[in-house]
Amino acid sequence: MASATVVNRRDFLKTSASAGAALVIGFRFSRSALAATAEDQEKQPANPFTAWVSIAPDNQVTLILGKSEMGQGIMTALPMILAEELYLDWKQVRIEQAPTNPAIYEHGTGGSGSVAGSWQPLRQAGAAAREMLITAAAQHWNVNRDTCKPKDGGVLHGARKQFLTYGELVDAAAKLPVPDFNTVPLKNSNDFTIVGRDHQRFESRAKSTGAAKFGIDARPDGLVYAVIARCPVFGGKPVKFDAAKAKAVPGVRDIISIDAVAQGAFTAGGVVVVADNSWAAMQGRNALDITWDEGPHAAESSQSLRAQFVENASKPGKVVRNDGDANAALASAAKKVDIVYEIPFAAHACMEPMNCTVHIRPDGAEAWVPTQAPQWAQDIIAGISKLPHEKVVVHTTLMGGGFGRRYQADFVVEAAQVAKAVGDKPVMVLWTREDDMQHDFYRPASYHHMQGAVDEHGNLAAWKHFQTSTSIAAVWDKGGEEKPEQSEFATAAFIPYQTENYRIEYSLAKSGVPRAWWRSVEHSSSGFVVESFVDELAAAAGADPLEFRLGLMGDDRKIPDFTNPKEGKPLDTARQKAVLKLAAEKAGWGKPLPAGVSRGIAGYFSFESYTAGVAEVSVKGGQVKVHRIVYAVDCGRPVNPNGIIAQVEGAAIYGVSAFMKDAITIDRGRVEQSNFNDYQMPRINETPKIEVHVVHSTEEPTGIGEPGLPVIAPAVCNAIFAGTGKRIRRLPIRPEDLA
Amino acid sequence: MPITFTLNGKPETVDVSQDMPLLWVLRDILNMTGTKFGCGMALCGACTVHINGEATRSCITPISTVSGKKVTTIEGLSADGTHPVQVAWMAEDVPQCGYCQSGQIMSAVALLEKKSNPTDADIDDAMSGNICRCGTYQRIRKAIHRAAIMRPGKATSAA
Repeated sequence: MASATVVNRRDFLKTSASAGAALVIGFRFSRSALAATAEDQEKQPANPFTAWVSIAPDNQVTLILGKSEMGQGIMTALPMILAEELYLDWKQVRIEQAPTNPAIYEHGTGGSGSVAGSWQPLRQAGAAAREMLITAAAQHWNVNRDTCKPKDGGVLHGARKQFLTYGELVDAAAKLPVPDFNTVPLKNSNDFTIVGRDHQRFESRAKSTGAAKFGIDARPDGLVYAVIARCPVFGGKPVKFDAAKAKAVPGVRDIISIDAVAQGAFTAGGVVVVADNSWAAMQGRNALDITWDEGPHAAESSQSLRAQFVENASKPGKVVRNDGDANAALASAAKKVDIVYEIPFAAHACMEPMNCTVHIRPDGAEAWVPTQAPQWAQDIIAGISKLPHEKVVVHTTLMGGGFGRRYQADFVVEAAQVAKAVGDKPVMVLWTREDDMQHDFYRPASYHHMQGAVDEHGNLAAWKHFQTSTSIAAVWDKGGEEKPEQSEFATAAFIPYQTENYRIEYSLAKSGVPRAWWRSVEHSSSGFVVESFVDELAAAAGADPLEFRLGLMGDDRKIPDFTNPKEGKPLDTARQKAVLKLAAEKAGWGKPLPAGVSRGIAGYFSFESYTAGVAEVSVKGGQVKVHRIVYAVDCGRPVNPNGIIAQVEGAAIYGVSAFMKDAITIDRGRVEQSNFNDYQMPRINETPKIEVHVVHSTEEPTGIGEPGLPVIAPAVCNAIFAGTGKRIRRLPIRPEDLA
Repeated sequence: MPITFTLNGKPETVDVSQDMPLLWVLRDILNMTGTKFGCGMALCGACTVHINGEATRSCITPISTVSGKKVTTIEGLSADGTHPVQVAWMAEDVPQCGYCQSGQIMSAVALLEKKSNPTDADIDDAMSGNICRCGTYQRIRKAIHRAAIMRPGKATSAA
């Protein structure tokens, strides 16, 4: 539950650049963002607050919080919520990236949780400040509090038409007790003037003029640049190297080696070239002569991994969920569908390659880090520099894409190791595109054996889903503590379709390839599998794909969160059916299309939000063209509809990239792809028309950075089936699978 | 040997390796970080600048070939973000993470210099060398059409 306190101003000033006799209220977000690592999960929050609202005497309202902007728009949406409760123009609210100080702030951005987790506490904090300011004004004028109203950044006393700005009231307000967050009156949503209306991105100007500073743009005085030669094989390391030629490259200053780290943050280690500029460092690296020990994974390949999947699928897996008797129902079913879906590794490919700049002085350290996890960065730099946390300043910069990749800390470890080695000098460790693509933490590869049956009435008689995967949880596992059946594999056990005979099994596959969270995480796989399979069942039942889905969901009901029934939001089938119907209606489901164009549909629940998509595609000469995608999304009360639409448009393209083009494949223990020539991105000429219809719900806001992604692949593949009769059962789509 | 060129209207001289790409001269020598590094192989367009008015990938352009030429970067487009393409970018709320947008804008400006009222096909041709991982393409297209209307000699309304 949210709690509040007024912080002693001097205590606050000790740790913040903010100045003035401000009214400062600390508060706590209701749910923390993605728990990043085993270490993170063990760690208790160091303080009761995660963010602060400050109102200064000059009437500047500042929201100081440990959230990172990676394009998802939190620097716009969060101030809107605060401004609403304070009756301010949202542009009057400035957002300040909190410095890393675990005694004052809590950091972390992920899991599509920023708006969802901030909504209630931000409203409460804003309302608490407003009520204190109103009380201060009433006391100042010695009038009945009910005659005072918040208006345009101040308090108005109606009868006498007196007005004081918040800034003029903060000194008095700061001496008042903070109202109880649980009972403080929140603004009536009927009176909202900011929330629910389209707002343009806060930092749009900086991002249209080249002024925006990303991590890679850090330029502290005396900066030197470094690139690292990492073993191309995961788990390998340098045995020896000859640096003579590299040292002869003009601008190269030093060649050093750093060790791999195999716990918490995983790094490859390697040979580091430090130079006066990035180009010299890259040229120096090209000139290195390194002999590698390729380590224990040198024989791994995509083929060997697939063989392992097939072997695993021939044996029973660990049971995640078992309702009724799916095996018996399948054995006696009239119409059965029995198929396999295969999904490859995928890379994040953030446009800004990984980088981190660290300066370790004898008395303190400073770092510029494009990260979703600044506190972890601080922990790492403090550990490697052996400096106390309070001497390590981490500047969280803008990020040129995150998508989960920047919740890792490998690039921070490397930069801190290099900074320590070069001595009292700022150093940027820059990754090239090839480094970024070949040393990512990939979306897991997976293999799904699906069996289902429909009875003579078109009802689902059985659903059995066996999955084997290079799990994410296994990367972090310390002696079997991680339980993938309670996390990533459980997604498959939480779907809106009803059957009495429902069985989910999994087994782990071993791999040396690092894995982690990729936009929408396991939902990118589950969405494709579940929504493709239900379409196959619809075809088996001879039913319309939309009507079949609506029928399987049955009456309106709330399905408890499978892994977290107490705290997780249930899946409300009424809302899932509503977005399916809305997308279908807007897309003209059932209406004629031009010759050669066909439609497919998919719906999905993830990050507590409901999405549906209808795709229109054509197939010619082994090539798929996606013409149009119509989305309906219900992510609760829309805070900034324009921002929601942008996130869904972006998730659609990210999804298109993954199923049309991209697979990371492994040969001899290494990634075969290296740059945008062999890991291709969709471009403007391949972009379909994307329409996003946002449900104007009054439920609490839920996630939207990721939920747009899972429906896109199945909607397109179901459309391909509708047009050609070909089922796509492995991604990405290959011309031979269309023939 | 020092190399002299015109950068955003002002003379600039640098003394670096002849083969150093213009991208790194801009970013690491001159600390002009608006131009971005994305791939180093002219595959993504994040590093796009204008050389004598032509959209050019600075990541594969050796500084030696720039001698005596006119280079314009995102910083040189306008002093205050008032170039019609920048105004259109803000009006359509194009950027998400924003990292690729300097390159996108420089490609769009070069297109509009050549074709004041581009068709969708013209936009596809001119802009398909620029990758946006956030998927802002639909808004980029709208912003280019909007900028075309806003440019001098066109109707002033951007509605």
